[in-house]
Amino acid sequence: MSNYMVNLKINNIPVSVPEGSTIVQAANKLNFRIPTLCFHPDLSVAGNCRVCVVEITGARALAAACAMPVAEGMEVFTNSAKVRTARKHVIELLLSEHNADCTKCFKNGHCELQELAAEYRVGDHVFLDLVKASDKILDISSPSIQKDNSKCIRCQRCVRTCEELQAVGALAVACKGDHQRITTFMDKSLHNVVCTNCGQCINRCPTGALVERNYMEEVWDHINNPFKHVVVQTAPAVRIGLGEDLGLEPGHRVTGKLVSALKHIGFDSVLDTDFTADLTIMEEGTELLTRLKKAIVDKDETVTLPMTTSCSPGWIKFIEHTFPELLPNVSTCKSPQQMFGALAKTYYAQKKGLDPKNIVSVSIMPCTAKKFEANRPEMRASGYQDVDYVLTTRELAMMIKQAGIEFTKLDDMHYDSIMGEGTGAAVIFGATGGVMEAALRTAYEIVTGREVPFNNLNITPVRGMEGVREATITITGTRPEWSFLEGVEMKVAVAHGLVNAKELMTAVRDQKASYHFIEVMACPGGCLGGGGQPIPTSADIREKRAQAIYAEDEGLPIRKSHENPEVVQIYKDFLGEPLGHRSHALLHTHYKPRKRY
Amino acid sequence: MSKTETLVRALVDKHGKSRNSLMPVLQGVVKEERYLSEEAMLEVARELDISAADVFGTASFYTFLDTVPRGSYVIRVCKTIACHMAGKDVVIDALSDMLKIKVGETTVDGKFTLLTANCLGWCHKGPVMLVNDEVFPQITAQKAVEIVEEYARKK
Amino acid sequence: MEHKTIKKVDIIFAKDTCNPRELLSKTLQRNPDDIILDIIDSGLKGRGGAGFPTGLKWKFTRNEVSEDKYVICNADEGEPGTFKDREILDQVPEKVFVGMAVCGYVIGAREGYIYLRGEYNFLLRSLNAKLETFNALMKELKFDFHISIRSGSGAYICGEESALFESMEGKRGEPRNKPPYPTRAGYNHKPTAINNVETLVYTTMITRLGPTEFKALGTQDSRGSKVFSVSGDTPIAGIYELELGMPLADFVDSFGDGDTKAVQVGGASGHCVPRKQFRDTIIGFEGIPTGGSMMIFNSSRSMYNVLHDYLEFFTEESCGQCTPCRVGCQQLLKGIEAVKRGERKPDYLEELKKLADTMKVAAKCGLGQSVANPFNSIVNNFREEIIY
Repeated sequence: MSNYMVNLKINNIPVSVPEGSTIVQAANKLNFRIPTLCFHPDLSVAGNCRVCVVEITGARALAAACAMPVAEGMEVFTNSAKVRTARKHVIELLLSEHNADCTKCFKNGHCELQELAAEYRVGDHVFLDLVKASDKILDISSPSIQKDNSKCIRCQRCVRTCEELQAVGALAVACKGDHQRITTFMDKSLHNVVCTNCGQCINRCPTGALVERNYMEEVWDHINNPFKHVVVQTAPAVRIGLGEDLGLEPGHRVTGKLVSALKHIGFDSVLDTDFTADLTIMEEGTELLTRLKKAIVDKDETVTLPMTTSCSPGWIKFIEHTFPELLPNVSTCKSPQQMFGALAKTYYAQKKGLDPKNIVSVSIMPCTAKKFEANRPEMRASGYQDVDYVLTTRELAMMIKQAGIEFTKLDDMHYDSIMGEGTGAAVIFGATGGVMEAALRTAYEIVTGREVPFNNLNITPVRGMEGVREATITITGTRPEWSFLEGVEMKVAVAHGLVNAKELMTAVRDQKASYHFIEVMACPGGCLGGGGQPIPTSADIREKRAQAIYAEDEGLPIRKSHENPEVVQIYKDFLGEPLGHRSHALLHTHYKPRKRY
Repeated sequence: MSKTETLVRALVDKHGKSRNSLMPVLQGVVKEERYLSEEAMLEVARELDISAADVFGTASFYTFLDTVPRGSYVIRVCKTIACHMAGKDVVIDALSDMLKIKVGETTVDGKFTLLTANCLGWCHKGPVMLVNDEVFPQITAQKAVEIVEEYARKK
Repeated sequence: MEHKTIKKVDIIFAKDTCNPRELLSKTLQRNPDDIILDIIDSGLKGRGGAGFPTGLKWKFTRNEVSEDKYVICNADEGEPGTFKDREILDQVPEKVFVGMAVCGYVIGAREGYIYLRGEYNFLLRSLNAKLETFNALMKELKFDFHISIRSGSGAYICGEESALFESMEGKRGEPRNKPPYPTRAGYNHKPTAINNVETLVYTTMITRLGPTEFKALGTQDSRGSKVFSVSGDTPIAGIYELELGMPLADFVDSFGDGDTKAVQVGGASGHCVPRKQFRDTIIGFEGIPTGGSMMIFNSSRSMYNVLHDYLEFFTEESCGQCTPCRVGCQQLLKGIEAVKRGERKPDYLEELKKLADTMKVAAKCGLGQSVANPFNSIVNNFREEIIY
């Protein structure tokens, strides 16, 4: 933004803002909030909902404050009679094409349109009801996302999200005039198009048009069934996001309260995905070193490098559709959620003396794609569906409220055992670059016998919010068995947000960039910005969540995956060794190409 | 390679792979095949590296870029005010009777589709209709039927 | 009754008044700033309907620094009641080409495009043939400028200039936020001078004749003449080039069928003038501006049907992106239907008029903003016909 300052008046109060600012930004500076709907800080400006219209002296028409740049000497009025009439009309018009069954809506209480309607005291419907009966048929084809056209107000945030942030383009605007709608290719169901289930559209939908498929009732039923043993795992990013839906500011760590709440709700065992995140590092790190050995020592040309991570199910579906030729690059490791699921109904069942058919495996995830992942046919290694139900952070917050738990007053509790132990390395899985950092902490130490040469284990080059980040680590002083890596410059890259992943993988595919290891997270910011996290989201909020994650890491006594005692234990008691026979059967998988076109 | 694939590739060769070529490419497909089949849209999306939904969304914005099958001859009768005043209704009724289809439908033999259109720009000479790209101003019910009969005699 | 004749003009369609070779070889020697001064001096305003001073538009585009600039001829004539551009492109296309070339020379563009509405595809063959000759002439004159045609595909909104750019860029024809204006960021987000077909012909003729002859026509606010598309209940429907600034009464005397009850000035998005206002209505920028559409209704016509037609048109042709237009058009259309059927009381029309007023100020582009013109003028003047 320009250094040049522009002077204007808003509601007769002078303000100076940098040239290129919008009226909304200038008004914010004066603490005037101008309502917006189609505007979202992560997306390009659309200026189509018109709820933010303001009056500018001398202009015949009102201006969209989200899109209109300030000008020297401009006089803006945000609440004049003309503005109020127009704004109220816009809200009434939106309501006339919106199926306002608020009390039955999943977004009841979390709907931006509802808030505006309440704020403007929109009373009896002035205008005719335009909701089409055909729009009331829900698309519930996807196990992750539910689309309800009758609630859609055509702000196009979802379309911009899908295209600008995710480069997926599953959603588009079709037709025009009274037929205009947000839809998929040829109006197919979401399950049958290139949707990655990432849920970023849900995070930005102002109404209940796009929400997660929710499984709260099913989970409650199992909890209340005395014959079922219900285990729950919680992903790293849940503990730093959940508080936002329960009255806390972004950046609050609520790990102990999260565990308490789950116990109060009645889960039989409250466990941690961090355990299998650490396990993932063992498996994936070994896989990487094995690939490097095959490539460098054995000169095996069938080995595919760079290897990419496989934790993010949105990323997996994206690569299946978009870069099927690069599927061999993807680590064969299942995601931590699925490793956990496979072990819950085998290892855990054995240790606890439970019949796996009576175990219900629930996971709390910052993610909607995990719902799809749990339903993949590949994910039944235990002989059962490895993970039965996936709830988002938001669904858990609702269950906590339903249970009447005063969350902020809960005492902190510890995860149960076994499979409840996690390290700092596992926690940072929740932030972009975290898997990379965790992997490097372990791999470097395996190879050299020394800790990674970064202050306090913080591998800062792979941290941050740049879309694509690169780092190089030179390996020196290797142990004898890893001497082939002596002097090797390990080149790694990290991408988050699929638009960045696409850019990175295009370079890899076209051999314009060479790396050894790549971490990709489908969502902006990584899992902390996942499609199942509390709404709203913004760069600022994601930054605060990231800080919380790194603080959690620093506060933990163990910060390297290979030092997790439960991980050491499971290899001793059950798995044998990383990439061993049992690991292979339970913890690894392969994916198949899907069509993009 | 299918006929549609060949067509799309030829059009893309002619107009280029940039997004700016989307309209001419889609128009070229419609000119040959009368509508944009799923296959055609997917092929265009692949060739221009645009999402399939975006191609569909863009095409469906434009009245002449049909995404449902159309007959060899697409009849569009102007329905806007001046043609309305000049008697477009009797023209449409006559064509509908003759072809035994309603507006929006295609004859069983796939030869004709009957549609209405917004202002075609012949308000001084209404009613007017287009048959594919050919224009027929100042028609009557009888004249319209004769014109369509003429097309029916073509291959 | 006093009977005036209105002044017919013959600039646009006059044959043999434009020899492209002669005119261009002379013009391309001139200082571009002088050409702009002539256009400004002539008082020429855009003939598409919005009426922005053409000379200023060229000047602004010329002042932009950019490697790429474009001249675009807006031939997406879709306003119901307007058909002049088709006639111009059919009869005197060279005059349009010359205007584009002069504009290209003035602003420093190498590429020109004619965005021709898909409904006029039958003109393509002959236009392309003539363009080939013209582009060859440009080469011969060593002027680096090339014109090509892009077709529309049936979307009224693409006549809105920023929607037209979007369409040319292969996207849905959804109007953009303004600013930036086309002179700064138009096609491909480069400086673009976009002019209506008729405007370009006038620039050609002003370049040829000088500004004086043009300026002598019309009034202070509405210089020159204009091509009118006359249709509806008139025995002499067609295209007429007339001096601007005439009272509507004079127009009706010349063109009406003796039973005229209303004239829709400016097409579906224009104003409906009832008989009692004919005397006081001036056709021009000081009165009711028009892109040239004059549709005459006699007493046999139901103004409810007229308004219903217009609203149906806008409901279908709205791009659909902004709330006031997408939903507003549907509400106005269904609203008058509800009143007609007695499902809403007549005073619901007052609510609808307020809504139309909101559309006028809150819609994103000219389409949505102008729906209030026909709505309010018809409802105000023919309220009984709407209700009963």
